[in-house]
This record gives sequence, C-alpha cells and structure tokens, in this order.
Amino acid sequence: MTALSLENVSCIFVSRDDSTQRYTAVKDVSLTVGAGEFVSVVGPTGCGKSTLLNMAAGLLAPSTGQVKVFGEPLAGINKRAGYMFQAESLMPWRTALGNVMAGLEFRGATDARVQAEEWLKRVGLGGFGDRYPHQLSGGMRKRVSLAQTLVLDPDIILMDEPFSALDVQTRQLMENEVLALWAAKKKAVLFITHDLDEAIAMSDRVVCLSAGPASHPIGEFRIDLDRPRDVAEVRATPRFVELHQAIWQVLRDEVLKGYQQQLAA
Amino acid sequence: MSKLALRGWQLALLIAVFVVWHLLTAPGLLPPFLFSDDRQAAFFFGEPLKIFARIWAWFVTGADIYQHLGVTLLETVLAFGIGTVLGLACGLWLALSPIAAAICDPYIKALNSMPRVILAPIFAVWFGLGLASKVALGVTLVFFIVFFNVYQGVKEVSPVVLANARMLGASQRQLLRHVYLPSATSWVFSSLHTSVGLAFVGAVVGEYLGSARGVGYLILQAEGSFDINTVMAGILVLTVFALLLDAIVGRVEKRLMKWQPGTSENEKV
Repeated sequence: MTALSLENVSCIFVSRDDSTQRYTAVKDVSLTVGAGEFVSVVGPTGCGKSTLLNMAAGLLAPSTGQVKVFGEPLAGINKRAGYMFQAESLMPWRTALGNVMAGLEFRGATDARVQAEEWLKRVGLGGFGDRYPHQLSGGMRKRVSLAQTLVLDPDIILMDEPFSALDVQTRQLMENEVLALWAAKKKAVLFITHDLDEAIAMSDRVVCLSAGPASHPIGEFRIDLDRPRDVAEVRATPRFVELHQAIWQVLRDEVLKGYQQQLAA
Repeated sequence: MSKLALRGWQLALLIAVFVVWHLLTAPGLLPPFLFSDDRQAAFFFGEPLKIFARIWAWFVTGADIYQHLGVTLLETVLAFGIGTVLGLACGLWLALSPIAAAICDPYIKALNSMPRVILAPIFAVWFGLGLASKVALGVTLVFFIVFFNVYQGVKEVSPVVLANARMLGASQRQLLRHVYLPSATSWVFSSLHTSVGLAFVGAVVGEYLGSARGVGYLILQAEGSFDINTVMAGILVLTVFALLLDAIVGRVEKRLMKWQPGTSENEKV
C-alpha cells in the first residue's frame, strides 16, 4: 500500500519583487513511499529536497501535479504526517515536556502529560522535562523534536536533514535510535539528506535528485542490506561499499554541476 | 567588584552629588563666584537640606502628598494598562492581517511621528481636568511603543517554529495563543520599561498643563510662587517612583521570561 505519493509535481517560485522572475525548483517529480517503507532522497546542495518535503507536508502547494496521502488527494496540511525540521523548531517558551505535549494539547488529548513524559523517557530525556530549549544541547533538542513528532503517532514521518547539525558520534546514536523506533512501529518515512552514507545505512530505498533548477529524480536504488542494522557497522560491509559506489557514480556529476552553479551565482 | 561594593560606590556617588550641591548653594558657606549675591544660587538651584525637609513634611509631618501621589500613580497605572492592552490587540491584529496593515500604514506612521504632548489641551477639553484626560495622554504615549513592538514581534516569529506548530495540528486560534502571543510577549517586555516611563510622563505632563491634584500639580503650584525647593522635591519624588515602577516591571519580566536565555546561568566555583 502506498502511504505517500507525489505525482508529477513541479514547484515554481515567483520572485516577490518581480513577477517575471521565476525559479523552477523541482520539475515533474514522481515519488512514492509505501506504508512502512523508509525512503531517502539524496541530491546535491540546493536541489529542492526540502521543497519536495514541504509539498508532502502540505506546507507548500505544488504548482502542477498532486500529492496523495493513502490514495486521497492532499489539500492543506497533511494531518497524517509528522515533520522533523532541519532548523530549530522547538517553541523556546515551552519546556521540553511542554514542547512534546504541544501536538497532543492542540488535539485536545486528556492524557497529554503522561504520553509526553513516556516519550521523553524513550528518547533518553526523562529527567529533562522542565528544561527550556536553550538549556539543552543541540543533540538533546533534536531528541525533543523527535519525541514531539513521534508522540502524535503519525503514519508518515517526514525528516529534513534532521541530524545535519550534530557531531558525528551524536549523529550515529540518533540514527540508530530512529531506526530502532522505526523498526518497532514501521511507519512510512521520507528522509531527506545530503549524506549518502546516512541514506544508505538507514533506508530501504534511495532516490537521487539531479542538480537544480528543475531538479528531478535521476536514479533509484533498492538497499538490500539486512536489518536490523547498526549505522556504524553496516558501513564496513562489502555490499554497502558496492551500493555506495553505484549511487555515487550517478550522483557525482550532479554534485559537481550543483557546485559549479553555486560558484557561478 | 562585589555586588555590595558596587552598591556602596553607587550610594557614595549619590551622596557626593548632594554634598557638592549643598556646598555650592548654601548661602554664606562659600563666597559667591557666579552670582552677585550669596542667596541667588539657592534661589535658582534650591538647597538639598530644605528639599529633604520638604519631602519629610510631605510624607511624615504633614502627610499631605499621599493623595497627590496616589492620583499620579493611578493615572500612570491606568494609562500603562490600557495602552498596553490596546497596543497588544492592535499590533496582533495588524500583523496578522496584511491588508489592514497596508491600508493603515501611513496613518500609523503619521500618528506616531506627531508630537503627542500637544494633544493634552484637546484631551483636557474632551475629558475635563480630572483623571481621564491624563490617562488619555498617557495611553497615546504607551500605545505606539507597545504596538510597534508587538507588530515587530509577530513579524519576526521564526517561520520554522510556525510551520512546526502547524504540522503539530495547531488551528489558527491555537497559533495565536501558543505561537504569536508568546513570541510577541518577549518584544513587549523589552518595550515595557520604556512605556511605563512614558505613562508616568503622560500623567505628570497632563497634570502640569491643568489639574487640581497630582504631583505635577504640586510642582506647578510651587513654580508659580518661585518655590524652587518644592519643585526640586517634587522632581525627586517622581524620580524615585519612576524607578520603583521600573523595578516592578523588571520583576514581572524576570518571572514571565524565564524561558529566555539569561546570562547568569553558570556559576564559578
């Protein structure tokens, strides 16, 4: 069953100052995520990965094409999805616990506190519920974000380079935690990253995007590594190296192209 | 420097100012070097000892300042409260409704750049010489400060925090209550120190321009009879109470804004 599908979606941004200035971020992208499937999208910097995710979340309406959620066309916010942002997204005026409770409160859940406390414990922050975001480290804030998203038990989880700001060790810990949580609940995950290692280590399928503007998928790879995986150990297996080489083959030219464009701009 | 030593030096500076003031103004203490007569310095600048005697009489022996001070403080608090609530409401409304903001923009700029103190006579005509005209003047001063800060605060809400709240399922109302309002509050608090001072200014200036009660009225009366000591005493009392009001706002801010990163969080052992 398909949890999320983008069907021929394009997204064109019009400049606010000059409506003749247009920028096509993504063009004719079709992408599906099955229920319980972990799909990663990799691509060179500035290729519109986040745009895709925002369209899947319903924060951004596609210029053409449509987004379907469990077969239903999406209008407005995608209520069955949870979104973990790349940038700081916690409400700084709420404590860690308050942040995790927020979604439940918005929905009028009566046992918000109990559920939130349980999830804080699950992400290893049981004793930190009364801290404000600025009193937590970057890794802890990401854990709170994770708990905030997962406490609502979404059917689809969207993640936009959630760990890119973390150091390597914290990052591997978080990746393993996310994999463990995912394995327990088997949700559909659309994971955006620029880190090919991370994409291969975590996913069932990796989709490569071309460099922008008008980026589109240029390759798709099924990752047939055994689960459960440990993100640090799996990197040393021969099959991982093979897959890495095959995907990098496709991605390399696009990365160079994206880099050249950034230099020229 | 320790906190106690700092306070000590601050107090010493205050005392030094009064001592110098006393030396320069007390008749016959120093030979006159600026004025032809040794009484003139006291006439123009007042004498600290007489000023303190005046304040003592006001608060203790005569105890007649309380009704005036009460009126001035009541006007200040009312102007502050009404101005803040109005500014908050209008700021939120205009920030969330871009069309209304675009239409009102030039008028708000015009109203803000107008010297609002000249409205005092008009308010006196509209609301009489009592409390209401002073409150109205204070409100016009406070309103714009709070308004612009709330407007700015709502405009500067982090788009990621906003998108996140929407993804978590917040309705428009919940966004207002849980995202826009808390975000604007931090801006409002940074403006409250200014606006509580301005509310005080509104009350005193209003009294000064026409009233039968209040500290501004006392100062006006004393000025009419060239009683510079009483004028100075009035100014000192106003200053102390302005500081008190500011301290109260600071206290409230500290309580409500504890989520903001402070500077005094780590302790050196």
